[in-house]
Amino acid sequence: MTGFLKLLFRNRLAAMGAVILGAILLLVILTPILPLQNPDVTATADRFQRPLSPGHLLGTDHLGRDLLARLLYGTRLSLIVGVAAALIAGIIGSAIGITAGYFGGRLDNIVMRGVDMLMAFPYILLALAIVAALGPGLMNALIAVAAVNIPFFARNIRGITVGLAGREFIDAAKLSGMGHTRIILTELLPNVLPVIIIAMSTTVGWMILETAGLSFLGLGSQPPQADLGSMLGEARSSLITSPYVSLVPGVMIFLIVMSINLLGDGVRDALDPRLRSGALSRPLATTLVSGARRPVPPARDGLLQIADLRTQFHVGSRIYKAVDGVSLSVRPGECLGIIGESGSGKSVTALSLMGLVASPPGIITGGSVWFDGRDMIGAPYEDLRRIRGDRVAYIFQDPLSTLHPLYRIGDQLAEAIQAHHKIGKAEANERALQLLRDVRIPNPESRVRNYPHEMSGGMRQRVGIAMALVNDPAVIIADEPTTALDVTVQAQILMLLEDLRRERGLAIVFITHDFGVVGQLCDRVAVMYAGRIVEEGPTAEVLARPSHPYTKRLIACVPELGQGRREMAAIAGLPPVVSDLPPGCAFAPRCDKASDSCRKGDIALSGSGGRAVRCLFPEEALT
Amino acid sequence: MGSYIIKRLISAIPVLLGITIIVFLIMAMIPGDPATAILGSYATPENVARLNRDLGLDAPLVKRYFIWLGNMLTGDFGRSYSLNRPVLDEITERFSATLILAGVSFVLCSILGILAGVVSAARQYGWADKLITLTVLVGISVPSFFLGMMMILLFAVNLRWLPVSGMYAIYGGGDLPDLLRHLIMPSLALSVVATGVIARLARSAMLEVLRQDFIRTARAKGVPERRVIMGHALRAAMVSIIPVLGIQAGFVLSGSVYIEIVFQWPGIGRMLVDAILTRDILLVQGGVVFVAACYVIFNIIVDVAQGMLDPRIKT
Repeated sequence: MTGFLKLLFRNRLAAMGAVILGAILLLVILTPILPLQNPDVTATADRFQRPLSPGHLLGTDHLGRDLLARLLYGTRLSLIVGVAAALIAGIIGSAIGITAGYFGGRLDNIVMRGVDMLMAFPYILLALAIVAALGPGLMNALIAVAAVNIPFFARNIRGITVGLAGREFIDAAKLSGMGHTRIILTELLPNVLPVIIIAMSTTVGWMILETAGLSFLGLGSQPPQADLGSMLGEARSSLITSPYVSLVPGVMIFLIVMSINLLGDGVRDALDPRLRSGALSRPLATTLVSGARRPVPPARDGLLQIADLRTQFHVGSRIYKAVDGVSLSVRPGECLGIIGESGSGKSVTALSLMGLVASPPGIITGGSVWFDGRDMIGAPYEDLRRIRGDRVAYIFQDPLSTLHPLYRIGDQLAEAIQAHHKIGKAEANERALQLLRDVRIPNPESRVRNYPHEMSGGMRQRVGIAMALVNDPAVIIADEPTTALDVTVQAQILMLLEDLRRERGLAIVFITHDFGVVGQLCDRVAVMYAGRIVEEGPTAEVLARPSHPYTKRLIACVPELGQGRREMAAIAGLPPVVSDLPPGCAFAPRCDKASDSCRKGDIALSGSGGRAVRCLFPEEALT
Repeated sequence: MGSYIIKRLISAIPVLLGITIIVFLIMAMIPGDPATAILGSYATPENVARLNRDLGLDAPLVKRYFIWLGNMLTGDFGRSYSLNRPVLDEITERFSATLILAGVSFVLCSILGILAGVVSAARQYGWADKLITLTVLVGISVPSFFLGMMMILLFAVNLRWLPVSGMYAIYGGGDLPDLLRHLIMPSLALSVVATGVIARLARSAMLEVLRQDFIRTARAKGVPERRVIMGHALRAAMVSIIPVLGIQAGFVLSGSVYIEIVFQWPGIGRMLVDAILTRDILLVQGGVVFVAACYVIFNIIVDVAQGMLDPRIKT
């Protein structure tokens, strides 16, 4: 509770709302003992006194009544009526909701049908109908406003009750022979009460406004009694000559409603855990690049060269070093595998290349990505956009969430072409169709009109591949494209990628956690652990003679068909959290061979001839 | 799609019946003898008896309901006592004025609200976002009737830019430009709160969508950012925005009562308030049923729009 209040008042707007509302409430409570004039005593000689005139701080109205006194008594009345309406609506609505939700069945059905009907009315219209039947008057306005809000409470509270009614503690209470009334009062009510109170506090502003509205129309409080609404309604006739008479009650209604809204928003934000972590910020069009970054020249030759890339996530005061100094390169027609467990930084590496890491919280703090002789990190958005999807294309995992759910797949393919080439819609569609044939989708003519949810996982992944191929890119970055698929489909997709690579001379960067897949497809492989490369080399050599203990263990995770001799071994422990890495080797805590020297200082990635390892005690010494 | 529309129309029938039952029951709550209430306490007994017979009030409740319902279905909403003309004629005449006001306000709040929400989300934490958030906060807190009065004071009385009230100028008006000049203030005043509510929802819906994987895919394809926001993201966000548009349409429609009073707009809201004050029960009854029925039909349109927008909804 104190944590909640702290969170609430850290929100400056909510605190402001609380202060304003508190001040108004205090004034209203003190009204009877303040030295005010009688709000209903008319003095026609003193009519329309301006504000700050002697004896009348806020002036007088058309009957010479003191506006300050009328304002405070009117506010009092409006607040009392609004709160009363909220209480009545809350209590009756919740009672209906709990009853319907607890007993369920036909009773629930009938009650909720009625609630639906009531909610089919435009809100104020129903209140007008009720006032029409009961006749104008403040009490009737109160009843009308309360009545139209009952369905809101009934529906919300019923929903929560239905969820609770199926829980064990209710069953236990039933078995112990408790009566329905007792179960509702002692078991259910305490659990729904907080929700009722929150719903009341968020709707009370509306109810104050609605009763004021009815009074404004002349259907609520009747003279001489006046709430804020009828004050405003009466002031309307003198709006042009004496606007302050309208301004006084109008501003007060505004302040009350705004302070309640501010407070309500604050309460909701403080209760919503998603906002608490600040996770609701949207990613920018490109990943942010730290101003302190300096370009790093490429160390090796290749089509795409990554030089000392560093990508971090800044969440609150914590810094997660997801990619911490990675250098790699791919040549035309080559397939480079990047392998590691989840959280090793392999996907972040892949996304960093074209500035696609979600940012905030992601930020590239160092290094370069060279493509076509240009450093893509920190390149202007438009330059980056021209290369994305045209020269460097991505294939993502799980195409159900990575394809737009509301666009036909043909349109999504055509759009990828038209983003880079000024060609007509018909031509783009024709090309899209051809690509669907290339990735061997059966009946492409009818498939182009499908939505993603109408296709199978394997078909969707083929669409994802077709979309990457659409502009004949030089490099394809495939981020776990087969992980979500079953084994047969996975094999088909890998074969397809292999064929395309041979036919088109594509360079592929293949991200995976599966050494089996690497063995099938990749010429070279880099093993990542905790944001760094720990071993690198030609796939065959790394597979045959793994040098880093982690690589060896990772290979041991892959089952071999028909050979029961090797022992399958999961790697004990979990990959480290990259916000707080110990010095030395990050794998040391899980490694059998680790000694004290492994836990001191940086260990360099060393080796020669494209083969390198970051280990003091490698399994195989590299020459 | 066609069968979906028909299905929705059929499902509206019980709701429409429910509305008539609720209105009928509310009106049956009128304390005392309605005929005396209508005619006043000085009415002669013969007049009271005749009115009771005219209103069919001497029959039992259920029978009265079916007579009333049957009459309405044949277009007979009864006769207004205060205006001495058929209720339906008065309603249709007044409703067209309300429809212009509420329709323009609804279009305004939809466009402005969605636009504000999209800009706010796309520029999250930037100055535009802060400005919009603050404006929205003020906008949803200000009572429309008070706002309308202040607008009259500023734009009509002090600056003399716009006419004070009414739908057409009394002399020499009546054409479209005249109507538009009279529409500006009331439609703005009526749309402010709804604009704020829609802007808030659109902002959070956009923020939710922009974090989805398919937005990253669009960016990875090289789709220009403007298209990512206004196309991919907004299209997906509309799925959660449209139902709220339907709810807000109800608020705009019924909120026009206040605006019609403030701006002397000859719409159905003002008619209802006058009818309540003159105890013209048949006029109130007919007006409420008519507006509520229109709202139900509007909600079907919203549902159908939703179905057309989201192919995942089985139609």
